[in-house]
Amino acid sequence: MTFWRNRRARAAILQFLYVGSLIAIVAIGAITARKNLDAQGITSSFDFLWKSTGWDIPFSLLPASSADPYWWYLLMGVLNTLFLGVIGLACATVVGGLVGLARVSENHAARLLGTIYVETFRNIPLIVQVFFWYALANRLPRPKDAIEIGGLLISNRGIYVPGLNVVGGSVAGFFLILFATLFGLIWFASARRFKRIDPSRKRAVGLGVAGAAALLAILVIWMGHEPGTPIMTMPEAGGLNIRGGYRIQPEIYTLAFAIAVYGGAYIGEIVRGGFKSVGRGQTEAARSLGLTGWQVFSRVRLPLALRSMLPILTNQYVWLIKATTLGIVVGFSDFFMVIASSITHSGQTLEFVGILMAGFLIINFSLAAVMNRINKAVALKGHQLRS
Amino acid sequence: MTQAALIQQHSFLNRVRRYYFSGARSTLLSLICFAFLAWLIWTLIDWGIMRATFDASARQPECDANGGACWSVIANRWRLIMFGLYPYEEQWRSALACLAVVVTMVLSCLPAFWTGRRLAATWFLGFATFFILMKGGILGLPLVREEQWGGLSLTLFIFTGTAVIGMPLAICLALLRSSEMPWIARTTGAVIDAVRSLPLISILFTFAIVLPFMLPGFLIGEKLYRVICGSALFFAAYQSEIIRGGMQGVAKGQDEAAKALGISYRHRVSRILLPQAFRNALPATINQFVITFMETSLVVIVGFFDLLASGNAAYGTGEWTFAFVEVYVFVAAIYFIFVFGLSRYGGYLERRMSVDQR
Repeated sequence: MTFWRNRRARAAILQFLYVGSLIAIVAIGAITARKNLDAQGITSSFDFLWKSTGWDIPFSLLPASSADPYWWYLLMGVLNTLFLGVIGLACATVVGGLVGLARVSENHAARLLGTIYVETFRNIPLIVQVFFWYALANRLPRPKDAIEIGGLLISNRGIYVPGLNVVGGSVAGFFLILFATLFGLIWFASARRFKRIDPSRKRAVGLGVAGAAALLAILVIWMGHEPGTPIMTMPEAGGLNIRGGYRIQPEIYTLAFAIAVYGGAYIGEIVRGGFKSVGRGQTEAARSLGLTGWQVFSRVRLPLALRSMLPILTNQYVWLIKATTLGIVVGFSDFFMVIASSITHSGQTLEFVGILMAGFLIINFSLAAVMNRINKAVALKGHQLRS
Repeated sequence: MTQAALIQQHSFLNRVRRYYFSGARSTLLSLICFAFLAWLIWTLIDWGIMRATFDASARQPECDANGGACWSVIANRWRLIMFGLYPYEEQWRSALACLAVVVTMVLSCLPAFWTGRRLAATWFLGFATFFILMKGGILGLPLVREEQWGGLSLTLFIFTGTAVIGMPLAICLALLRSSEMPWIARTTGAVIDAVRSLPLISILFTFAIVLPFMLPGFLIGEKLYRVICGSALFFAAYQSEIIRGGMQGVAKGQDEAAKALGISYRHRVSRILLPQAFRNALPATINQFVITFMETSLVVIVGFFDLLASGNAAYGTGEWTFAFVEVYVFVAAIYFIFVFGLSRYGGYLERRMSVDQR
């Protein structure tokens, strides 16, 4: 048995067995599934992606109807997930920032409020909160007796806000231009390639680009405006429904609100941890140099705290993106819900599960990659990191 | 008054001044915060106690007349919320089973139980007690099928099941991932990362609805157990990373010293590596348990009648549709007690350990 005693050989065999058995399990699962599905008359291939769905998607950012193929629906699902994710993450970050600041404030009354907020919302499952807010949203008054607050109309059919009378495509273009400019400016401001440009010239170029982009964005909106109609549309209660304005559906704002409130509690804790990790010595040194309270905060504590928060924040963001799948409990057609309904309607179980996994892997890995990139870009180098 | 008391009073006043009224802005902020807090507490007391209706026979007209919370819905429906569709005359078993799980959880929080064997024995016993009480069929207890389980006991069952299956699995995954054999480490790492980047709902959905297609007939089993396995897999993926983090905190010299003494792999892991790794990873582990407990509520999506779903059912019938706030407050309070208790305990442990290390 000298062969078995050979360390290398043993390791090779063990690894081969391990990987092989994993592959075997997956393969057996796939083969069994193929057999079972064949028995039901479902052939497995990805051809169905180009067939029309035959059912309606409850909410989509771009026009979609039951005649559209599956791949278009899946794309709408991904867009919805990203849409809700971006809104949820942004709101949660704002809420979390405020709560975190309250919790490290020198004023203990603000601290107390922050603590109560965090302990209340962090310790109740998100799905319970979603159910609660959704039940509440459904019991708002009917459109006939909608509540009016400063141009907003609030009813159980949704919140109606004043909007612009433009076609969807140009709104998408508007946001595309804004985001592209924003990313471009951030890249321009931070990339090493532009480090040697004179700061005042850099600022002038940045301002010029931002102004041009703003003009372009407004132009795009103007071009999307249908001639002969007023450019602003105000919501108006008329008869049994509300006309005009934009309708924000209860499903969307409930989910966004719940994610913002729940995620805010978690992010608040991360922010607090970040500020706590800034050494006392740093603050004291800044103060003894004669910096004002605001300067100490904005030039010393915040930058240091941000750096220590970022890695944990990445995990939290990934978690919150995954939380958008709760859309299925209120009927918001996010990626997961589109997949689930597609499976019930088409029976192409295996393919859709594969797409689901691949989709989330891509979304989450790219989010993590972006955050890690930012983290690496802002990280302190060498001996700068001292508390 | 003695001098000491004077100083104490002085310092107390000083502290109040420094923390709440150190300047004009701070004073204003404090006043606003306290006013808001007072309003909040008053509203809650007014709604929940002063103007509330507690009478079990009251219905919507009486509650509306009083204007506050309508706790009658809880008085009428608490059995549904706690036990789901469990047969009425057998519900004492469900209650006892819940108690068994709670006792298990409390026991495993005591440091006296912190050895691998004792913890495993406690959880196994607790789980077995729960199972026998709930399912019956032996010891003269009538059989109750899994489809009839529900409410808090189902939530606790899924939680304990996840922990009992997930913890050993997590240890295995952590050891495999930190294995010296590159292929084993890499494959396990890929599996763990993939599971971690998926939403739990999609895993539960796959295990509940898709898996029956993929398994040979004899392996399919009850839907409840499949879902518990899925939940355990998700828990294990996260927990294994926590354990691995704890293992990285163990000084490398320890393992090398053990190797030099000729201690076998099994003993190196079970006597040297894991005990210290768990100690390092304890706060994060408790946090993971907290999150897992909250996430058991997701099984409502794959059609289980857990605490949340039975809460939904409790106000779902015509006569109570108006009382959804009270039901959700009740359900949320139950979750809150468990989760808050666990997380406080975690905070306590963290403080205690940071004191130890000094």
